[in-house]
Amino acid sequence: MPEAKTDPIATRQAYGDALVDLGEAHEEVVALDADLAVSTQSMKFGKKFPERFFNCGAAEANMMSMSCGLAATGKVPYASTFAVFATGRAYDQIRLGIAHNELKVRIGASHGGVSLGEDGASHQMIEDIALMRVMPKMQVVVPADYNQAYRAVIESYERFDAPMYMRFGRPATPTVYDEIPDILGDGVDVLREGRDISIFACGHMVWRALEAAETLAREDGVEAEVVNVAIVKPLASESVIESLAKTGVGVTAEEHRVVGGLADAIREAAAEQHPVPIFALGMADRFGESGTAEACMEYFGLTAAGIVEQAREALLKKPIVSHPPIHGGEWG
Amino acid sequence: MHLKPVPDPEPPVAPGREPSIAELERYATILRINCVRMLAVAKSGHLDSSLSAADIVAALYYKELRHDPANPRWPERDRFVLCKGHAAPIQYAALAEFGYFPREELMGLRKIGKQLQGHPDMTRTPGVEVSTGSLGQGLSMCVGICLALRLDGLEDTAQVFGVLSDGDCQEGETWEGAAAAAHYKVPNLTAIVDYNHLQTDGTTEEVMDTGDVRAKFEAFGWDAVEIDGHDMGAIVEALQRSRTLRKPAAIVCQTKKGRGVSFMEGRFGFHGKPPSQEQAEEALEELETRLTEQEEALKAGAASGGGEDA
Repeated sequence: MPEAKTDPIATRQAYGDALVDLGEAHEEVVALDADLAVSTQSMKFGKKFPERFFNCGAAEANMMSMSCGLAATGKVPYASTFAVFATGRAYDQIRLGIAHNELKVRIGASHGGVSLGEDGASHQMIEDIALMRVMPKMQVVVPADYNQAYRAVIESYERFDAPMYMRFGRPATPTVYDEIPDILGDGVDVLREGRDISIFACGHMVWRALEAAETLAREDGVEAEVVNVAIVKPLASESVIESLAKTGVGVTAEEHRVVGGLADAIREAAAEQHPVPIFALGMADRFGESGTAEACMEYFGLTAAGIVEQAREALLKKPIVSHPPIHGGEWG
Repeated sequence: MHLKPVPDPEPPVAPGREPSIAELERYATILRINCVRMLAVAKSGHLDSSLSAADIVAALYYKELRHDPANPRWPERDRFVLCKGHAAPIQYAALAEFGYFPREELMGLRKIGKQLQGHPDMTRTPGVEVSTGSLGQGLSMCVGICLALRLDGLEDTAQVFGVLSDGDCQEGETWEGAAAAAHYKVPNLTAIVDYNHLQTDGTTEEVMDTGDVRAKFEAFGWDAVEIDGHDMGAIVEALQRSRTLRKPAAIVCQTKKGRGVSFMEGRFGFHGKPPSQEQAEEALEELETRLTEQEEALKAGAASGGGEDA
């Protein structure tokens, strides 16, 4: 196990590091990539275990179907490429070969979201969580930082058998966990407790959510609860509802379209079990564009300030009574 | 509709003895009969695509494939992957004959809640290695299986046989898989193309001409031969040869869609259409007549003391 990271570092680095550790521990682990192994970090595995590493070239569909064949023959494939090619390009191959067959294949998608940056819209994947979330049998994991990402990859082998999609990011990103967590748990992790509003975030938006909470406390006297949702599917809805029941209003933040991803996952759970206003921050009905990672995040409003703004709007809609009156009978 | 019982599956081959070419041809007829019966009951499915592959599938299951119906997950088995998953009935017919599941299941094809899905499903049907049905994926799956066998030290033992259609060859992914097989020098992969020249919208030449598929595989670095896909002797010879090669092998089989049923054979318009009751009866009559002839010829051969090439 590597040292916990404290300086900013990309989550994809954790994928590469954890993959090597899994490779050492389990000989049935194999890795595949589609000519992006240096970027996705799977090359670390490839260098260490060349006989168990299969570069498929720029042929993502083939990579996913090969993963199916490998898994059907007892291996545990980790297939990586950019999120855009991993999901959009190879959707049908994942669907039939991996998800339908409920095979233990892990898709390690790096460069998710607009923070991929300069390559622009063609490469900035903002629909992948939605695509993988609607696919039957597919689990969706979006770790918040290096430390959690490392644990998620290790647990992807040791704890889960169902097919899994894991999203990692390109840029170095601040850590939110001081240590490598012992467990991923139910994937819904309260990082900061608060009574006034719940902020649900995933991936690169988690550290921004923590920053937003500080701003809300300082400027508005609002105590926000920050919830890191690393397992978007299957969503631990009890944990989500527990927070909403306390605060009575929510905001979601994700580097993804505001439909189909984290926002909808939270809203679906809330709509059935605890309907309260939930505002969503994410990509509107548009594609990304070129710029540095930070510039893209700013340009599309995927910032701590963006979360604060949504939170203030949401708080205006917060029901005055968010719980049923305890002594309701006396009023009847 | 009235359907005669399935022909007696008792093989006229003593245990441990290799079936002759004539016997394999008889098995192919039995598989064809099963397909017609299945589709007539299901009233849905791809009959003509199943019939064109019947000789290939019979040669594989009854002769070339090392498999154990009592232990479908035997690690050292050869793998059969029906890349052209829409021809599922022909594989189901073979699996049922070998006891992978009760033969009565054949009549549940495509029926809700039953085991036999419209396309092969590894989660439901013993003997199905991977689920297929989306063209183009099968060959890549085969390459993955080959690489796993390599890691398990079984690549000199277990051969992987994929049966592709001309539609598979129109899909780009097939050529991604072909490149990967050559790049990784998998020695235990045989791709059999059931090239029947007919697809949903017309002939392959009209719809999307795939050109010289044999030459294409060869250009990708494969060993590639072209044979008559209804010549049992040629099929067996090509399959056996492919096992001895140290590189991936393609066998492009020129076939006729609907082979064995005269009114369907090589004719456009039957893809994905189940036979009507009259058509099924006509087809069964023709196939059962052929079966009787084949059995009489086998008996005559046995009586005269000579199996042709047993």
